[in-house]
Amino acid sequence: MSDMTIVRTSREEIEVYRFGPVISVLVPLLALLIQAFVPARWHGFAVLDLPLLVTIFFAVTRRSQMAGLMTGAIIGLVQDALTHQAIGLYGIAKTVVGYGASSLGVKIDVENPGTRLLVTAGFHLVHQTVYFVVARNILGVALEWLWARTLLAALLNGVAAVVLFAVLDRFKRST
Amino acid sequence: MENFFSRYRNASLLMLVLFAQVMGLAVQVKRTETGGTRLLRFWVVNAIAPLEKSLVSTSHGVGNVWRNYVYLRGVRHENRDLREQVERLRIEQVRLSEDAAQARRLQALLGFKEQFISQTVAAQVIGSSGSDQSHLVYIDKGSSNGIKPDMAVITPDGIVGKVLSVYHGYSQVLLINDPSSGVGAILESSRLQGILQGTAAGETMLKYVMSDEKVVAGERVLTSGGDRIFPKGLPVGAVQQTNPGSDLFLNIRVKPAADLGRLEEVLVVTRVVETTPSTAEPSGPVRAADILAERLPSVPQKAPAGSAVGAATKPTTNVTTPSNSTAPSSAAGAQPSKPGAVQSQTAGGDATTKPAVAAPKPATANTGGATPDTAATKPAAKPVTTTPPAKTSGAATADGAATKPAVVKPAATKPAGSGDVGKPKPTKSAGQPPKPATPPPPPPGEEISR
Repeated sequence: MSDMTIVRTSREEIEVYRFGPVISVLVPLLALLIQAFVPARWHGFAVLDLPLLVTIFFAVTRRSQMAGLMTGAIIGLVQDALTHQAIGLYGIAKTVVGYGASSLGVKIDVENPGTRLLVTAGFHLVHQTVYFVVARNILGVALEWLWARTLLAALLNGVAAVVLFAVLDRFKRST
Repeated sequence: MENFFSRYRNASLLMLVLFAQVMGLAVQVKRTETGGTRLLRFWVVNAIAPLEKSLVSTSHGVGNVWRNYVYLRGVRHENRDLREQVERLRIEQVRLSEDAAQARRLQALLGFKEQFISQTVAAQVIGSSGSDQSHLVYIDKGSSNGIKPDMAVITPDGIVGKVLSVYHGYSQVLLINDPSSGVGAILESSRLQGILQGTAAGETMLKYVMSDEKVVAGERVLTSGGDRIFPKGLPVGAVQQTNPGSDLFLNIRVKPAADLGRLEEVLVVTRVVETTPSTAEPSGPVRAADILAERLPSVPQKAPAGSAVGAATKPTTNVTTPSNSTAPSSAAGAQPSKPGAVQSQTAGGDATTKPAVAAPKPATANTGGATPDTAATKPAAKPVTTTPPAKTSGAATADGAATKPAVVKPAATKPAGSGDVGKPKPTKSAGQPPKPATPPPPPPGEEISR
């Protein structure tokens, strides 16, 4: 059974976790701070999207669609405010991801590192796709879809998620 | 209906949130950044930026202790290398000053106006957008330091970007590799002009250079001054690769001179002065015979009225004196300011002036910990007066502390031929080239309004 990492389970078998209010505010804030601070010194870090990873983590752990989409929307809008682009681009993308991740968290077990890597890489692609479509079609921003770069970024974010989720697991509490 | 919403409550909420954000985007497309959008940005920046600033201060403090007190390995070797470099640069400076003087004479003859940076504010980079789609950085200087939108941001290596949004203590700087950025640029040797734009991948491309032109890799790219943001002649980068484009233009990839991925300190150009160079500026050491010739009575030459040469040899007199600005001040004990000089002030309070005719390089701002503003050094009240700033300590020139230099009116500021020139007093100082007995009048400036 140990090699069957992704298994469809009944809703009752999946444990739902919650977080204290301090963690719920502090972790996204820290993620946004690191995301804004580090790329100014090392631009390569911008390939990672820590706010996205935090959104996915909270969504799949809480397993509440409403909480997931609201977490994604708030983190995305704050991230938008740090850019010079229109506010709502990251908001929409992360709302979709938050909703999707929480929906997936209800259906499958995402405690395994392999699952986490795949789920995060997949949602990173979803995030980039939504961002690309909205920016190009609503705002008319001339964006290029770079396949190699996007796939590499998805993989790197997946690897980072494995490490980050293991750290954040320490803060979750069973309901 | 009620049953439908209760059954699909989460999906309905998702649609509602998405709809609200799409509507928000649609509103922003139509109007400029005002109202709620501005407010959210204001809140977020004012919440995140102080944390970033404290992080930068802490890391600089730790770094300084390590570098200045603990890790001093290789300092002797580095010192020797730097001394050799100084010697090389001195030799180069002699040659360049000759070229510069010649260029000034030619510019004056042709009636060209040249721009030079007269005031900068040193700032530290405290953060970024953190996004690959938005290439911008935050600096720790804002409206309280005299920063305004559309001001040029540079480093000693080259241009960085322009100020996009200004808050009270912070500013957003749009980097030149952002797709929405545009800089007027010119190739140094071929003199081909184009527009430097960023790409989604964070590269910089020189566009609108015709495909039948020959552009070689390695050629330097400078600002053309056509964008009215960056003064002409600042280094932009070097041509990295050239490919024929799909249309009539070449695809020229440019490697920026400034390392945009590792920015720490930058200079914001707060004032640019436009001036017509004067041919009266001496180019080298003054001979005794020249001084004697000036003292002796001579028959004044009558230049024909409206003569191009006669007009060009006199500096332009249409001086626009802003309320708080005049001609650039020179370093304490140094020569009077020359056109094309970039002036900044280091942490120690020393103002450094570098000649920069074709490609002015700003003085490196040593802004470890505190970054004193060059804006703090108030120039003289009259544009015709050269005002060396008083030498002050770093603490005295900290933010907000305006340093008013003593106003010095050298007799040499009067045009040649006036009575004061009869008793020249050449200044002599160790390690400096001989100074002219009659320093030229400082260039009358015309500030470019932003």
